[in-house]
Amino acid sequence: MAEPQASAIRTRGLNLWYGDFQALFDVDLDVAPKQVTSLIGPSGCGKSTLLRSINRINERIDSVRMEGEIRVLGHDVLAPEIEKAQLRKRVGMVFQRPNPLPLSIRDNVLFGWRIDHGGRPDKDEGEALLEESLRRVLLWDRVKDRLGQRATGLSLEEQQKLCIARLLPVQPQVLLMDEPCSALDPAATSAVEELIWELREQYTILLVTHNMAQARRASDDCVFMLMGKLVEKGPTGELFLTPQRQETADYIEGRYG
Amino acid sequence: MNAEFDRLDRAWYIDRIAKGLIFLCGISAIIFILSIFVFIFAQAFGFITEDLDVGEFLTDPTWRPTSESNPVYGTLALIAGTASVTGLAMLISVPISLGAAIYISEFATGRTKEVLKVVIEMLAAIPSVVWGFIGLTIMNPLIIQIFDVPMGLNVLNAGIILGLMAAPIMTTIAEDALKAVPDSYREAAEAMGATRWQIIRRVVLPSARNGLTAAVLLGVGRGFGETMAVLMASGHSVNLPTSPFDSVRALTATIAAELGETAHGSPHFGALFTIGVMLLLITFAINLTADLIIRGGWKQRGHN
Ligand SMILES: Nc1ncnc2c1ncn2[C@@H]1O[C@H](COP(=O)(O)OP(=O)(O)OP(=O)(O)O)[C@@H](O)[C@H]1O
Ligand SMILES: [Mg+2]
Repeated sequence: MAEPQASAIRTRGLNLWYGDFQALFDVDLDVAPKQVTSLIGPSGCGKSTLLRSINRINERIDSVRMEGEIRVLGHDVLAPEIEKAQLRKRVGMVFQRPNPLPLSIRDNVLFGWRIDHGGRPDKDEGEALLEESLRRVLLWDRVKDRLGQRATGLSLEEQQKLCIARLLPVQPQVLLMDEPCSALDPAATSAVEELIWELREQYTILLVTHNMAQARRASDDCVFMLMGKLVEKGPTGELFLTPQRQETADYIEGRYG
Repeated sequence: MNAEFDRLDRAWYIDRIAKGLIFLCGISAIIFILSIFVFIFAQAFGFITEDLDVGEFLTDPTWRPTSESNPVYGTLALIAGTASVTGLAMLISVPISLGAAIYISEFATGRTKEVLKVVIEMLAAIPSVVWGFIGLTIMNPLIIQIFDVPMGLNVLNAGIILGLMAAPIMTTIAEDALKAVPDSYREAAEAMGATRWQIIRRVVLPSARNGLTAAVLLGVGRGFGETMAVLMASGHSVNLPTSPFDSVRALTATIAAELGETAHGSPHFGALFTIGVMLLLITFAINLTADLIIRGGWKQRGHN
C-alpha cells in the first residue's frame, strides 16, 4: 500500500499486557485521516484492547501495561506530559452498549462542552451547539421537543446516536467506535451505519466490528487482527477480495468464530 | 394402595415444623416492633390521658418532674439539647463521611480499600460508652484548655463525639450508594475527557443522590437515638443552649438517667415514657423517609 498522507493514528511496536497476560503483540497500525477504518477479527483477538489504548481509556484497569508508540495526529500519546483528559477531547469514543449519562438529552449533549469550558454555555450558544450536534446525527427532529427528558428513556438507536452527538461539541478529530451497532436491531444498525459513513467527511473513524458485511459496507480500509497480532491491512475491497494471508482468507470465509 | 400414597411420614412433619419456625423468625421483627410500641405506649398511656399538657410538654423549657408541689414536664430544653448536639454532629460527620465514602469508592484500590473498609466497620462497632469515656477524659480537658472555658462537657463535646460515632455508618451506607452507580457512567464521562473530580461532581454524586440522602438521614437517626455517649459528654444539665459551650441534656439521656429512680406508675414515670414515644416516632419517621428515598432511587434506576 502506498503512503498517501500522514496517518491520523499510528502505532509502532505496540505491546500490551493485562497483568501477565499479553493481549497485543507488536502492533503497527496506520489509520488514514477522514476515512472509516474497520477493525475485524475473531472474539478475544484484541480489537477492543487496541481501540481502548488509543485514547488510553484502558488505563482504567490497574493491571494494564503498555509498551511501544502510539501517535494521534502526530502527538506521542504515551508521553508522560500528555494530559489524558485533553487527549480524550480530541479522540471521542462510542461504546458497544449505548451509555448516555443519567441526565437530560440536553445535558448529555452539552456535557463535554461543559467539562471542557468549566461552565454552562450561554443560552443561545448552548442551543446552537445542541441543535447542530443533534442535526449532525439526524436526531434533531426526533428529540427537539423533549430535550429536557432523560436520555436513558430514548430507544437504543437514539441513545447510540446521542452518544455520538455528545462527542461533537468539543470538536474531536478522531472517533473510536467499539461495535457501535451490536446492541441494535437491523434497521437501527443500518441507520447508525449510514451516519458513520456520513461522518467520515469530517472525522477520522476507527470502527471495531464483528459484522463482516458491515465492514465491507461501511469502511474504506480494513485491518484484520488475530490473537493480539495485526495480520493484514488494506483497502477494504482488496482485503475482502484478495486477502494476502491465509488466516485472513479463513476468517473472511467464516472459518473462525 | 391409598394407605401408601397418603402416608404422612417423619419428613412431612419436620417439613411442617421447620416451615412454621422459619416463618416465625421471619416475621419476628414485626412482632417485636409492634410489641415494643404497644408496651411503651401502654406505660405512657396514663400520663398522656391524665397529666399531659401538650403545650407545656412541647414548649416549656422547664423540666422539673420531681417537684412535690409544682412538677413541670416541659421538654423544650431537652429537645433543644438533642437537636443541638445532633445538628453539630451532622455538621461534623456529613462532610467527613461523604469525603471518606468518595475516597473509598472512587480513589482507593486494592489493599488500601479493603483495610479502610474493615477499619471503618471496626469503628462502627466501638461501644458508645467508650465514646462517652473519650468525651469525659480526653475531650473535656482538651476543650477546657483550648477554649479557656470552665467546663468541657457541653454541646461541642457531645457533638464531636456523636459526629465521630455516626460517621462510620454514614460512610458505609454512602459508599454503598456510590458503588451502586454503574461504572459505565464513569467510563463514559472519562472517555469524554472529564477529570476525576468532574466525574465525581457531575456524574457520580448526582446519580447517587438518593442513597447519599438516606445515609445522612440514617446518621441523623443514629444521633437522635444515641444515649450513653451523649449522657456522658454533654454535661447533662437542662438548658436552652445559646453557645456550643453550654451544657445540655438530651431526651434519651434524661430517660436513661431518671427512669431507675422514679416510682413505677407515677406521672414522672409516665412522662419519661411519653418522651420515649416521641423518640420512637421521630426515629420511625426518619428511618421510613430514608427507606422510601432509597426505594425511590431504585425505582428510578430501574426505569433506565
Ligand atoms: N480487563 C482484562 N483483564 C484481563 N484480560 C483481559 C481484559 N480485557 C480483555 N482481556 C483479554 O484480552 C484479550 C483481548 O480482549 P478484547 O476485549 O480486546 O478482545 P476483542 O477482540 O475486543 O473481543 P470481542 O470481539 O469479544 O469484543 C482477550 O483474551 C481477553 O480475555
Ligand atoms: Mg471487544
